[in-house]
Amino acid sequence: MRVRHAALDIFSRRHRYHPLEALPWAAAVAAYVVFPSYLPLGAQILATILFALSADLVLGYAGIVTLGHAAFFGTGAYTAGILEANGWGEPITGLLAGALAAALIGLVSGLVVLRTTGLTLLMQTLVVATLLYETANKASSITGGDDGLQGMVVWPIFGLFRFDMFGRTAYVYCLVVLFVCWWVARHIVHSPFGRSLTGIRENVLRMHAIGAPVVRRRLVIYTISAGFAGIAGALIAQTTQFVGLTTLSLERSGGVLIMLIIGGVGRLYGAFIGVPLYMIAQNRFSEIEPVYWYFWIGLLMVIVVVFARGGVLGLLDRLRR
Amino acid sequence: MNDTFSAAVSIGFHGIAFAMVLYLISVGLSVTMGLMGFVNLAHGVFAMLGGYVMTSLMSRLGVPFAVALALAAVATALASVVVERVLYRPLYGGDELDQVLLTMGLIFMSVAGATYFWGPLQQPMRLPNWLSGQIDLGFRSFPAYRSFLILCGAALVTVLWLGLERTRFGVQIRAAVDNLRMAQSVGINTSRLFTLTFALGSGLAGLGGALGADLLPISPSYALENLVYFLIVVAVGGLGSIRGPFVAALLIGIADTGFKYLVPELGAFFIYALTMVILLWRPRGLFGRV
Repeated sequence: MRVRHAALDIFSRRHRYHPLEALPWAAAVAAYVVFPSYLPLGAQILATILFALSADLVLGYAGIVTLGHAAFFGTGAYTAGILEANGWGEPITGLLAGALAAALIGLVSGLVVLRTTGLTLLMQTLVVATLLYETANKASSITGGDDGLQGMVVWPIFGLFRFDMFGRTAYVYCLVVLFVCWWVARHIVHSPFGRSLTGIRENVLRMHAIGAPVVRRRLVIYTISAGFAGIAGALIAQTTQFVGLTTLSLERSGGVLIMLIIGGVGRLYGAFIGVPLYMIAQNRFSEIEPVYWYFWIGLLMVIVVVFARGGVLGLLDRLRR
Repeated sequence: MNDTFSAAVSIGFHGIAFAMVLYLISVGLSVTMGLMGFVNLAHGVFAMLGGYVMTSLMSRLGVPFAVALALAAVATALASVVVERVLYRPLYGGDELDQVLLTMGLIFMSVAGATYFWGPLQQPMRLPNWLSGQIDLGFRSFPAYRSFLILCGAALVTVLWLGLERTRFGVQIRAAVDNLRMAQSVGINTSRLFTLTFALGSGLAGLGGALGADLLPISPSYALENLVYFLIVVAVGGLGSIRGPFVAALLIGIADTGFKYLVPELGAFFIYALTMVILLWRPRGLFGRV
């Protein structure tokens, strides 16, 4: 009997906040004070964490391996960017527009892509992202094509907080948006809906057998995740005031997987560890020799897959045991 | 009317030449993915390696074209055996995500490695004299290099099909694709079969990369840029099939050439749309097993 109680205890407690969960936020606030000259990089890291978090919802919780998550990131970035380059610079509505556009693309492509599994699914996500890339590349009168979208004017947030050249506003803005999205994502993951997603990841057949609407659930989380990715893209667009084709590229889709894998997949916090590690290292290495950065990151991926499955958080788990 | 016919011939000719290169590179990917269930995104790296080996042998050591071509295929096959034994083998039957990450990592390393050894620029392809001109067939003339591609491709396709249908090795591969456990039970050494098939597929990719160096230029980001093409051919053709990728390569090669010729402002857009439609209609590809 005691064993059963202990098991139930875990179930009843695991959605509650753990003191350690405050750590990333404390670190983010501390970084604002300690590294004032790195705030623009910090804002980018925060936005990318949101992007990785959205990928984690699809990959870590629903178990959908995608190579085209940049499609949603880029859609969000271009939507916000095009609005702001054409006279509507209100940032919050820009974010929402980016989220809606990306979620719409997620819904429509999800209807097609999620009908399949395995390699075909991987292929189709890649093709969707490539289609959008090609579209953005060719529609240069709207998107700026290869040169990227320029001339964006972002209005102050709520008409009060102007985006300054030191990136202070941008950093706080990204942090607040990330926090809100994380809070929502955390609720999704711990809801019955989120639990059923984990069930689908672990055993699709059994979930079908107990009558869970597998297809619809996967579509819903795919759409939500696309929306979050769109917000992340819009954040990058607004804070850097530039949108390039790389927001839709395969490197971006692959990169976010790497960052997630370095941190740990399906844990909601992998993004908070993997993204800063990756981006700070990239920032350092790129100053020396940008091309060889790829070599080290490639090597790191191979090492993580061969020796350190589960990423940093997985290693910590193993050390604790 | 004459113009339309001439354009159609031109598109068909260039499309088939492109299709041969695509097929040579992708067929190995299709077989290894179907046989081992391994998502090998790094297949293009072997094609790139073949291209680099050939161009280096020719430009730095003055090796004749045909010899360089053969050496490129052999070198790629040997290199692939090492990669398969050391890195791929532990992940067979494992998590798809791990395979994606490992092979993406290899692609990234290949980008940096190629830049280190050969520099960031495209490798010039110096064709021998007998391939650089035109061949006159009476009613019109065709570029010799592309004609050679088509002939080479056709010859290799025939050999490959005969080999798969008529040899013991081919039977073993087909058996293992159909039912791996049963194949093991009847005493086929699938471990050795995997390695040999992988080496053969990679060697063909190296050959395709070297042969097609003029169509798909050899540069450090080769594996990344062309990944979509190779995967499309495999996904549209159907996994584990030899014939499927051939039809798919013809379809993609001719359609891509045609669309780029007729509507250049839309570029490769149509290919991707076409792929989506085909996969929507037949999620397992044209020749995939249901």
